[in-house]
Amino acid sequence: MEPRQQDERPVESAAPEIRPDGELMRRASRECGVSLGACYGCKKCSNGCPLSFAMDLHPYQVVRLAQLGQIGELKRARTIWVCASCQTCLTRCPNQVDLPRFMDWLKQELAMEGGPVPEEKTLLFHRIFLREVASRGRVFEGSLMGRYMLATGGAFGPEAMKNARLGLAMFRRGRLKLMPSRIRDRRWLRALFAKPAHGQREARP
Amino acid sequence: MTEVGYYPGCSLEASARDYAESIEGVAGLLGLKLVEVEDWNCCGASAGHSLDHAKSVNLAGRNLALAARGPQPLVVPCALCFNRLKTAQAELAQDRSELVAEVAGLAGDPQQVQVRELNGFLTSAEMIEAMESRRKRSLTGLKLVCYYGCQGQRPPKITGHPQYENPTGMDRLLDRLGATVIDWPAKTDCCGASHSVPRPDLVFTLVGRLYDEASRRGAEAIVTGCQMCQANLDLYQVEIAAAQGRPVDLPVFYLTELAGLALGHPQAGRWLGRHMVDPRPLLARLGLTS
Repeated sequence: MEPRQQDERPVESAAPEIRPDGELMRRASRECGVSLGACYGCKKCSNGCPLSFAMDLHPYQVVRLAQLGQIGELKRARTIWVCASCQTCLTRCPNQVDLPRFMDWLKQELAMEGGPVPEEKTLLFHRIFLREVASRGRVFEGSLMGRYMLATGGAFGPEAMKNARLGLAMFRRGRLKLMPSRIRDRRWLRALFAKPAHGQREARP
Repeated sequence: MTEVGYYPGCSLEASARDYAESIEGVAGLLGLKLVEVEDWNCCGASAGHSLDHAKSVNLAGRNLALAARGPQPLVVPCALCFNRLKTAQAELAQDRSELVAEVAGLAGDPQQVQVRELNGFLTSAEMIEAMESRRKRSLTGLKLVCYYGCQGQRPPKITGHPQYENPTGMDRLLDRLGATVIDWPAKTDCCGASHSVPRPDLVFTLVGRLYDEASRRGAEAIVTGCQMCQANLDLYQVEIAAAQGRPVDLPVFYLTELAGLALGHPQAGRWLGRHMVDPRPLLARLGLTS
């Protein structure tokens, strides 16, 4: 049989060189309790992911890059911010690799580092939401949206106007609350938010 | 009156007031007294688990500690709050030392709380029986699909849901209340949830798929048991339809609104008037206005 005419370079040569490093897997296991090594690459996570259409890395690629220790590439990925935490991947994973938890861990790392991320608005929305929680213990939608709009193009930008129209329509239907409510135990709240973000589990003896 | 614990969550105080009113209405008709958790706080939601794991466990954990002193089960209408409370309970059970300093000082034991999602609570065999026996009118002619979303079902090791890929509670209840319930494969697909503010385009794509699937199967309305799903499906429907160049007219009910309607609650019409996609023309056509 005649050999097929084709480019003889192996496919891999186009890919950047990767030096596998197991440290990220060990850190993930230690700090967020996720066993990335359990993945055997069946890709069920990616077939079921409703948001894969908007991702730059498929869910299985996140796991594979993590196994290889490529934290830089993972931190640049949109995928971790596009994930809606719908839990379909974890639910269907035969090895119960908690990918949503691992991606939360990456997001928290990035938020603590304070550098740029590919989905700035999503990070900003989360931050403003937590500031709302910190100030009253409950979220007041009016102030949440107001703070977010001011931070993203001002109170009269096109996005803000669209949201203002929606807000007005909701107000007419009695779906906007005018005064925020707050919890009484402010001392507890202050003590909690006085701590730095410390969710990453530390190494234990 | 039977007392149950109740954790409403932040949005039921505001944008989901219609949901809160219908829950209270139906509970009253069923002889249930909802005892709100004293001084409850936000569960931390998506922002909490995305950016600060320990605070999200502590925020949800405080609610559990407070709820432990109240009646059980603790009924939670918001699917995300439910999920965060259950997650915190699991985290606190295995790791009390470092995550829980803030919660440990509170009076109650988080592990004593029986956290129930409102949907599951209202669609137990006994509740379905109770509602059918109190039915004042049949929802005849109402062609519906039931949309369950993510957080009440997944992941099953946290939610404990026995039918996480194909839940049937709302289907069974609405069938017994006389509606025509249509089976469909998108019951537990994601609506995009918290992306609605920073990335509405993602929500539009996901919700657009739900509209397509519901319409293709002949549904004239969608029923949800989660106020985030309801908001994403109801608030932007006109915009999504315009963006995708096709008409969509699918009222999005809460389970409790339809239960209230079937049970003859006098305020049912008022709750329905708070929706963006007005369901009253459809109900009027079917002779179901209250």
